[in-house]
Amino acid sequence: MSTTSVMGGIVRRKEDPALIQGKGMFVDDIKRSRELAVAFVRSPFAAATITSVDASAALELAGVHAVYTADDVRDLGLNPAQVAVGTLRPLLADGAVHHVGEAVAMVVADDRYVAQDAADLVYVEYEPGDVVIDLKEAFADTHQVHDGVSNTLLTWHGHAWWEGVVDLPDPSPGIQEAKERDDTVVVSLEMVNQRLLPTAIETRAVLADWNSGYGSVELWTSSQIPHAVAGAIGVMFGIPSNKVRVVAPEVGGGFGVKLNVYPDEALVCFASRELGRPVRWTETRREAGFSSTQGRGWIGTATITGTRDGKILGYELDAICDMGAYTQNLTVAVPLLGLFVAPGQYDIPTSYALHCVVTNTPTTDAYRGAGRPEAAYYLDRIIDTYAREIGMDPADVRKVNYWKPDQFPVNTAVGMTMDTGDYEMNLDALLDRVGYEDLKARRDAARAEGRLLGIGLSTYVEVCGFGPSALAGLGFSWAGYGLPAAFNGSGVVRVQADGTCTVTIGTGPSGQGHETTWAQIVADGLGIAMENIEVRHGDSLDSPMGTGTFGSRSIAVDGTATYEATKRVREKAATIAGHLLEAASEDIQFQDGGAHVAGSPDRSVSWAQIAESAYQPHTLPEGVEGGLESSVVFSPPNATWPFGSHMALVEVDPTTGDVDLLEYWATDDCGNVINPMIVDGQLHGGIAQGVAQALFEEAIYDDAGNLLTTSLIDYPLPAAGNLPMFSLDRTVTPTDVNALGVKGIGEAGTIGSAQTIVNAVVDALSHLGVRHIDMPLRPQRVWQAIEDGRK
Amino acid sequence: MYPAKFDYVSPSTLEEALSILSASENAKVLSGGMSLIPLMKMRLVRPTTVVDISRIPGLDEITDEGDHISIGAMVRHADTAASPLVIEHAAALAQAAGATADIQVRNQGTTCGSIAHADLAADQPAAVLALGATMVVASLAGTREIAAADFFVDTLTSALTPEEILVKIKVPKGGKSAYVKLGRRGGSSDYPIAACAVWVDASNGTVSDARIAVTGVGSKPYLAAASAQAVVGTDGSGDAIAEAASHATDDIVVLEDLYGSVAYRSHLAGVYVQRALEEVLA
Ligand SMILES: Cc1cc2nc3c(=O)[nH]c(=O)nc-3n(C[C@H](O)[C@H](O)[C@H](O)COP(=O)(O)OP(=O)(O)OC[C@H]3O[C@@H](n4cnc5c(N)ncnc54)[C@H](O)[C@@H]3O)c2cc1C
Repeated sequence: MSTTSVMGGIVRRKEDPALIQGKGMFVDDIKRSRELAVAFVRSPFAAATITSVDASAALELAGVHAVYTADDVRDLGLNPAQVAVGTLRPLLADGAVHHVGEAVAMVVADDRYVAQDAADLVYVEYEPGDVVIDLKEAFADTHQVHDGVSNTLLTWHGHAWWEGVVDLPDPSPGIQEAKERDDTVVVSLEMVNQRLLPTAIETRAVLADWNSGYGSVELWTSSQIPHAVAGAIGVMFGIPSNKVRVVAPEVGGGFGVKLNVYPDEALVCFASRELGRPVRWTETRREAGFSSTQGRGWIGTATITGTRDGKILGYELDAICDMGAYTQNLTVAVPLLGLFVAPGQYDIPTSYALHCVVTNTPTTDAYRGAGRPEAAYYLDRIIDTYAREIGMDPADVRKVNYWKPDQFPVNTAVGMTMDTGDYEMNLDALLDRVGYEDLKARRDAARAEGRLLGIGLSTYVEVCGFGPSALAGLGFSWAGYGLPAAFNGSGVVRVQADGTCTVTIGTGPSGQGHETTWAQIVADGLGIAMENIEVRHGDSLDSPMGTGTFGSRSIAVDGTATYEATKRVREKAATIAGHLLEAASEDIQFQDGGAHVAGSPDRSVSWAQIAESAYQPHTLPEGVEGGLESSVVFSPPNATWPFGSHMALVEVDPTTGDVDLLEYWATDDCGNVINPMIVDGQLHGGIAQGVAQALFEEAIYDDAGNLLTTSLIDYPLPAAGNLPMFSLDRTVTPTDVNALGVKGIGEAGTIGSAQTIVNAVVDALSHLGVRHIDMPLRPQRVWQAIEDGRK
Repeated sequence: MYPAKFDYVSPSTLEEALSILSASENAKVLSGGMSLIPLMKMRLVRPTTVVDISRIPGLDEITDEGDHISIGAMVRHADTAASPLVIEHAAALAQAAGATADIQVRNQGTTCGSIAHADLAADQPAAVLALGATMVVASLAGTREIAAADFFVDTLTSALTPEEILVKIKVPKGGKSAYVKLGRRGGSSDYPIAACAVWVDASNGTVSDARIAVTGVGSKPYLAAASAQAVVGTDGSGDAIAEAASHATDDIVVLEDLYGSVAYRSHLAGVYVQRALEEVLA
């Protein structure tokens, strides 16, 4: 396994001792005295007008303090952290509900049990209306989710994805002509990329404490974006953001679900202000199906036009993307993110229409990969289908159409610039390691015995590490709600007076190991031991202005900011050490907990000595200020573009349709790697989630809009025992958009994996006449496909 | 996920537990809690009193009783699965217990709790049906025995009355048994989409007796009598097995859900009857 020139060592995670002993502090571990608890009254209907809310019985119950409805909170306005396209979510349903489980009233009581009892006593009268759940029906617009508003909020096109901002030449020259040529083939598939419940192990949780004496509020929330939450709360309550302290303590998984500012975050602040006591709400697992965002939910047709020798002359994707009833933070941006990578790794003419359509279901938003797994799925499934159609190996078809390394930076047909890439090298690395030819022989031999083995290949490019702050101009800015700019990274490195180091960063991690990775960056730069470096994050007042953790962005952006801050601290420390050692600062080297003069290791000072001098300015050379810290805000010139190649071997039980995932290999390229173990860990989790989409998971709604899969009994998550040991490797193609050469790896595993599995299953069954099976490939579907193929 | 208010008692003798049960309006026995607690949290079940039997001594034993083995009320799935006695004399039950849920649930949930709960797709009820086990049930009025074949009444409904506790299961020795399953997450993972337990007595070359139980397919785990008849008196050849498989859902209203249509489940019932028979007759 290759490592990098910077760091690159496997270092055990600093955060794990606390976490595995159960000593990590999550929102539910933080207690305030005199807390009250919230329960929500939720709509049983997917579409209804609210004719009355009667809370009198609830208010009579001992221990109930208040029941609030839209009337009480209307003055706060709408949460500003929602992209202003479509109908935004009100804090509480205002006159009408648009999905099952929408919060209609908030009960505040002595404890959650009483609150829940009282919620059962709030009588809401509804007048149910027609519901639209089916995506195609919603797209047809025969009935509107929001009266008088078309269900199609907007359509993203490849060459004009943000009207008036980006207008590119038609990226699809010649596709129609190519279709009519008689030496071409046209393959087309309609495919569903199903709705998913992101399901972090820690559900969302909030605790607010409004202090009228200080005129400030503290909010603990299980969030990926504490600074954005602080900004939005400030705007809603009309107080400056420096009076809002939002803390995201340990966060038990996010996957995009905690990348929103939610009504409940504002509502507990409101209730705390009104009642003068701390107020808590913890989402139950079942509630998460209503009160948190969901993922995916596309139905689309992918079409490839190409020659019989593998040259793709056109790729078209026309998809309807489910927004749910309301749009929130990145809801309409998710298909756009998909569009950014829709042409994949290929130098091909393209044409897209991604329709953002509302339905009477909870909101969708980013879920690990956010648009990119969908895009990769459609493209890679149809490439596979095309390869089969023309009788060419799917690996070879990809190679014919790849961008070549000397073409980078590549300007893509959708107006993006891809930084660096060497796709064929990466694919070959995978094929060599797997022993592709032998594997195919093994599959064919098994098939001759009547066993159904299948090989699936997928190769992807994704975009992450957002990103240039200029993207904020496109409407996905949090500047609107109190933050200086979007998409920056920030890092503060401070050497304490005792020579230990504190690093504060603007990220909002939920298990990614930032405390370790960032400590490595700083340890490498300063020569301070890992155990003497403390990394802190997630406090909107104490951390630097940050953007949070999502879109595999933290290392490329906040990591680089920290790297730069480290360099500046080192430069200043070299000046101080030079002064103390009577040497030129250029001759100072840092190592093993201190500094020495190059060539004379015995002429040395410890970090404690340097720091002591730094904090006693009279000991410093003329013109040098006291203190030993640096704060850097970094905005990269571009996002980053990781890529990779994945392969799976499956065996299908021909009688039952049961799919056994036998082996899984991945060769990913995320540029330089700081901690290979953490990178592998991200891939493990990501691949597990992609495999789970392919085989197990689906959020299913009935025609009335009831989520049928609210419990984990009905929504099967992958368990370790359902998966083989993944075999991982990497190639290293550093990016040139940041000094670390790092690209980001949080979502790559998910982006590369679902189609790998489906390609493998279809490969196993193709000789039986099976062309495609929609996910999840539960045994029944696979069995049905085999049956249908036999007919 | 917050249950309605209830009283909790943790008696230290069976008699005490039984008197609380008979005195309370709406009391529920709690053994492993793996089904009861989720139902209470969803407020689908709202007992006034929960009678925790886990602190009553002596209920957690698996014993050899000569012609049968006895499995006490507090024996956990994991213990049933690992017990040499169960593995030797009631392989289907050991396999069904081992294929139940995940390791955390197996360490907590009880075999008797799973039987008493009578879920239509539970694993172990199929095994006790095929093994011809007997349920030993206590109440203040005394003890009675219920044959497995009479125990499962309907979905989540057993022959137990609210005042009764299932104190142990008696599983007869002899014969050969096996349990095979297709779980919702593939292989044997998760609740069965369809599964089958078989028991045969085939000591002298012909199948002299057989019981075949199917779970996950109908409104309750059931004995497929016609399937058993199809193999009894035969040499257990492929033809006999195929014939048995073809009767797997005779007289059964096959259910459908997100994991299986009627057609698929009916097909699977036959497949798993076949696979289970192949395993014991191989
Ligand atoms: C995550 C998860 C996955 C699961 N997967 C599976 C699976 O794959 N296959 C499967 O079969 N099951 C599965 N289960 C259910 C599990 O097997 C339960 O443990 C079992 O159904 C109940 O046993 P218990 O001891 O936990 O009973 P409890 O939950 O304590 O009780 C269940 C019911 O039986 C009654 N009861 C319990 N013991 C007695 C007794 N001795 N006498 C009279 N009444 C009694 C209770 O009053 C209650 O009504 C799963 C459960 C969970 C939580």
